[in-house]
Amino acid sequence: MAKYLLLKHYRGAPEAVNDVPMDQWKPEEVTAHVQYMNDFADRLVGTGEFVDGQALSPEGTFVRYDGEGRPPVTDGPFAETKDLIAGWMVIDVETYERALELAGELSAAPGAGGKPIHEWLEVRPFLTAAPTVTE
Amino acid sequence: MDEALLRNLTPAVLGVLVRRGADFAAAEDAVQDALVEAVRGWPDDPPRDPKGWLVTVAWRKFLDAVRADASRRHREVRVEAEPPPGPGEAVDDTLQLYFLCAHPSLTPASAVALTLRAVGGLTTRQIARAYLVPEATMAQRISRAKRTVSGVRFHEPGDVATVLRVLYLVFNEGYSGDVDLAAEAIRLTRRLAAMTRHEEVAGLLALMLLHHARRPARTGHDGRLVPLAEQDRGLWDTRLIAEGVDVLQAALARDRLDEFQAQAAIAALHADALTAEETDWVQIVEWYDELVRLTGSPVARLNRAVAVGEADGARAGLAALAGLDPALPRFTAVAAYLHERDGDPVTAARLYADAARAAASLPERDHLTRQAARLNARPHG
Repeated sequence: MAKYLLLKHYRGAPEAVNDVPMDQWKPEEVTAHVQYMNDFADRLVGTGEFVDGQALSPEGTFVRYDGEGRPPVTDGPFAETKDLIAGWMVIDVETYERALELAGELSAAPGAGGKPIHEWLEVRPFLTAAPTVTE
Repeated sequence: MDEALLRNLTPAVLGVLVRRGADFAAAEDAVQDALVEAVRGWPDDPPRDPKGWLVTVAWRKFLDAVRADASRRHREVRVEAEPPPGPGEAVDDTLQLYFLCAHPSLTPASAVALTLRAVGGLTTRQIARAYLVPEATMAQRISRAKRTVSGVRFHEPGDVATVLRVLYLVFNEGYSGDVDLAAEAIRLTRRLAAMTRHEEVAGLLALMLLHHARRPARTGHDGRLVPLAEQDRGLWDTRLIAEGVDVLQAALARDRLDEFQAQAAIAALHADALTAEETDWVQIVEWYDELVRLTGSPVARLNRAVAVGEADGARAGLAALAGLDPALPRFTAVAAYLHERDGDPVTAARLYADAARAAASLPERDHLTRQAARLNARPHG
């Protein structure tokens, strides 16, 4: 089993095929989308492949150490500030192929017009400790 | 094995040990050891007086621990000289435990964790689950909190207001883990109310009961938020409402109005309406006036603006909103609602979308997005 992080970039990634802001959808389309995400997570809990999923607030801030006193805080000029990660899901699956399959499925969440969003998801494997080989 | 009984007895036993001079952390360890023995031995040999049994065993465990520490031999002599414990204490030391766990030297997060552990008798794992943090993280937070209060003398007078604030924090943490913290907060507040005649405690208990009564109607089957006006009032728990109203009336009769009572009065007026249209908004505005007078809280003013909007029309609500800081949480959502009621769906849709972006929780964000979507999807013209 290997863990993978599925990163949802609503912005910053290449545009989704069905790229309509959520507040322009019909209310029942929003409901269907939320339902799809919940069902997806529930199903992965059922198969024992779900680890964690969290949504992030769209606002972030850059901070660094800058000598004595309060650290400076800025929301620019870094381009990354708006390179938004909307949230993530961590899955624990048998194979890389399974991770790709699930990411594809997550990307098919319904959006405007009830059609799949086709958003890009980033799939990244977790680094783990080297396995101990015992003879 | 009656786990609920053990959980109920734990704080009282802990309280006895701490009052007898045991250090808080050491007392907690001793009580845990005694509980382990109870779980092992009680099924075969149930004691006649469970609390007395636990006190005796926990005290012996504490003495064992002290004895094991050779460098504290002189202290051992002193504790040994203490009279032996007996069952049926006249005073309930649990009350003191509430004050200790809400000690001002603790951060709110630590006070909450310690209260759930010591007064609530929850395990560290249960508390960690409720807060969705690793068990080791919560264990650290709790042991740090124990260290912080270890030097505090047990008879220092506590501040009821701080205890209530901690209990309200527990209540508002809600329903995330497998332990229902709202129900737990009510259980603890009920017990506190039974120990003290303080009218603020009654106000808080009434408020919690009235809020909790509406909980089954507050979320839909898929976790979505259902606003008050759209809730199925048949799902409200009338038994809890009746109890909350009784507790509130008893508190109000003592004529020492406070913030919790005023909030509970507002909740009672909502609970009293069979349909959203029957809500007595005029009286609710009057209670918000009281609340603003008592607290000066900007959040109370914001909620008051909503009530004014219902009582005197959206224009009046917007006027009440005018003096408030737009950075307040939910300000934009309230403005959106009032603009919609005022017949300006375009502004309302824009504000709902703004509010969704600033929302602090996922159900709230989805709800606000749905509101914006509803207005944007309406037929134009």
